[in-house]
Amino acid sequence: MIYLDEAATTPLKRDVLAAMGPYLGPEFGNPSSHHEVGEAALRALDQARADVAARLGARTGEITFTSGGTESDNAAVKGIALAQPGGRHVVISAIEHPAVLESAAFLGRTGFEVTTLGVDHDGLVSPDDLAAALRDDTTLVSIQLANNEVGTVQPVAELAALAGARGIPFHTDAVQAAGWLDLGVSRLGVQALSISGHKIGAPKGVGVLYVQRRTPIEPLIHGGGQESGRRSGTENVAGAVGLAAALQMASGPADEVIARRDAFIARVESEVPGAVLTGHRTHRLPGSASFVFPGTSGESILLDLERRGIVSSSGSACAAGSDEPSHVLTALGYDREVAQTAVRFTFGRSTTEADLAQAADALVAIAGNVSSATTLNGR
Amino acid sequence: MNDSRPTVYLDHAATTPMVPEAIAVMTEELARTGNASSLHGSGRAARRTVEEARELIAEKLGARPSEVVFCSGGTEANNLAIKGLYWSRLAQDPACNRIVFSAVEHHALLDPVTWLAIHEGARIDTTPVGREGRIVVDALREAVESDPASVAAVTTMWANNELGTVQPVADVVAIAREHGIPVHSDAVQAAGYLPLDFGASGLDAMTVTAHKLGGPVGIGALVIGRELQPTPLLHGGGQERDLRSGTIGVPLIAAFAKALEVTVDRQAEMSARIEALRARMVDGIRRVVPDAIVNGDPEPGPQHRLPNIAHVTFPGCEGDAMLMLLDAQGIECSTGSACDAGVPQPSHVLLAMGYDDVAARGSLRFSLGHTSTEADVDALIAALSGVHERALSAAQVRSTFDGTVRSAS
Repeated sequence: MIYLDEAATTPLKRDVLAAMGPYLGPEFGNPSSHHEVGEAALRALDQARADVAARLGARTGEITFTSGGTESDNAAVKGIALAQPGGRHVVISAIEHPAVLESAAFLGRTGFEVTTLGVDHDGLVSPDDLAAALRDDTTLVSIQLANNEVGTVQPVAELAALAGARGIPFHTDAVQAAGWLDLGVSRLGVQALSISGHKIGAPKGVGVLYVQRRTPIEPLIHGGGQESGRRSGTENVAGAVGLAAALQMASGPADEVIARRDAFIARVESEVPGAVLTGHRTHRLPGSASFVFPGTSGESILLDLERRGIVSSSGSACAAGSDEPSHVLTALGYDREVAQTAVRFTFGRSTTEADLAQAADALVAIAGNVSSATTLNGR
Repeated sequence: MNDSRPTVYLDHAATTPMVPEAIAVMTEELARTGNASSLHGSGRAARRTVEEARELIAEKLGARPSEVVFCSGGTEANNLAIKGLYWSRLAQDPACNRIVFSAVEHHALLDPVTWLAIHEGARIDTTPVGREGRIVVDALREAVESDPASVAAVTTMWANNELGTVQPVADVVAIAREHGIPVHSDAVQAAGYLPLDFGASGLDAMTVTAHKLGGPVGIGALVIGRELQPTPLLHGGGQERDLRSGTIGVPLIAAFAKALEVTVDRQAEMSARIEALRARMVDGIRRVVPDAIVNGDPEPGPQHRLPNIAHVTFPGCEGDAMLMLLDAQGIECSTGSACDAGVPQPSHVLLAMGYDDVAARGSLRFSLGHTSTEADVDALIAALSGVHERALSAAQVRSTFDGTVRSAS
């Protein structure tokens, strides 16, 4: 089996599991406890926090561990909006993950106005559109660093600068970008950033929210006051250690992955009739190749691929099973029927040229069958 | 810590080590890949594992599988229950803005309830407790019946985390039921040690967390009736009945289910063993420190108190000093909730029970668990005499010094 659905979830790295091991067993302490077992857990948590902070160029006090990307997004969008007394307006893009879209919709139901910026055919948000949308009562802008379905990378530094010039906090969902792109928060110019463990080789159930220290935020989960009061609940030390380790490992240039990706895209485009790359050709994640195959059924291509040992998906796992076409593809201007023919291949640094060649072979073979069947049916 | 001496861990109420069966399941599941929402084979396998775990957890808690909503732990489950019920009931009726809760709730309820009061304008009725830490049922009845239509939710913990006192949940349910008010109970401390039957309890919602019963940190559940639709805390992909979005952690969920299964199946035998250990510990403490006071309900049994917690006041001593002296000897306990740890304030639970500041500061909580042995208890008793003596003289020196300073100023 060749697993090409890393945007849904990644395999846990063996070294990450090894790093977590002690905290599932002998080092089981509660970091809030005032004894040696507790303090050992606290030291591990502090180290994990320092490691994550270093990767983001942030202060340790700006790193909050959460239960995952969805919580980080909810905490950022709702928390920053609710902490601004004069704010009444939130700006997001049309292709955000549901965790951001639905958090904004929740704010919309509680009296906020939500502006949803459209994107171009490649999935890019226009800086001019953002500039035009900003108002004096804008509380927050939330635009993802990279898209989960089409891999498009947004010009976040440029967008954040526009908001920053007006003193408006900018949050970016970096769940898909983490492990691939620079997460330096001052280079990006963002005041908040979300990461999820299980998209970078760490386990599910842990995430990170960076919030710049001068940005007020209202906590989502109240209680014992852990995480400097920003997120209560006994800390998942094993998860935090795993996330920090995975983030350390997912580094270095991705040039080889980009070359493999582009070779795969080129082959699919030339050998699969009708295949259309979705998202931006160059401003895209190294590990993402997404297509639509107009006139076919995306669902049956996926099943055929799986029969041939290739695991991929139509788009967001979170929307899987729904008949609704992807909100991302429709925002990019694809009509409903075409959007339903989407197939996304997402891979990691350890995915080989041979893996992708096999996936391309399978697609070419399936396309051959599909077109001959279509011919036979006289359609 | 002296590495040659084994640690004596008497703080299982803060967190308890994972049972080996749960570690095995978790390690196995961590090696698999699969997003439970994905449609392909590995996604379907993950989904199956999650649903089997949900069924097992439901069975062990006397609930239906559809009533088990996974979340990141007890704190999140309590926040979801109380904020969610408050918001959803308020949305139906703007006059429904009152929360009836108790004076001894965990911070994971105290803090969200306080936040609702300050930030959202909720009105709070705090039910007082008696000397044993048990709520005064008549006071709760009075609070509810003064204006039942305005009560959005009632919440009373199943068993207290500092004293182990079991609350009269059935009485609370009976009062609220009459008026159709949803009742939530934080059963985080109870789940490992007392038999829980959600269906029979008549509760509308109940919180449990894995790491207090031999499962991993980072996973818990809100058990909640199908007909209730609390406003979610986490919006997104619509997982968990749309009540709690976010990718479900299969290894965490599977390990939680295994830990609960193992714990519940062995509960009767384990609770009896732990109750005997507690008796040995309490006898020993009284022998060494005759004026020590064991707080809470002295009576054992599921209607009275948890078998694993002994909360003890050492008159004339500072709890923090004793904690450090014991820790230096490799004996780990706490002054109360780990969740207040770091904040040197007297416990709100003890103050609610009528203790003064000084007594509240002079107490320690010893909590036993599945790994506890007679040797652990005996090690505590052996160390206690010296520790108590030193803590007592330190406190005397300090009070003399304080007196000198005061008279000099």
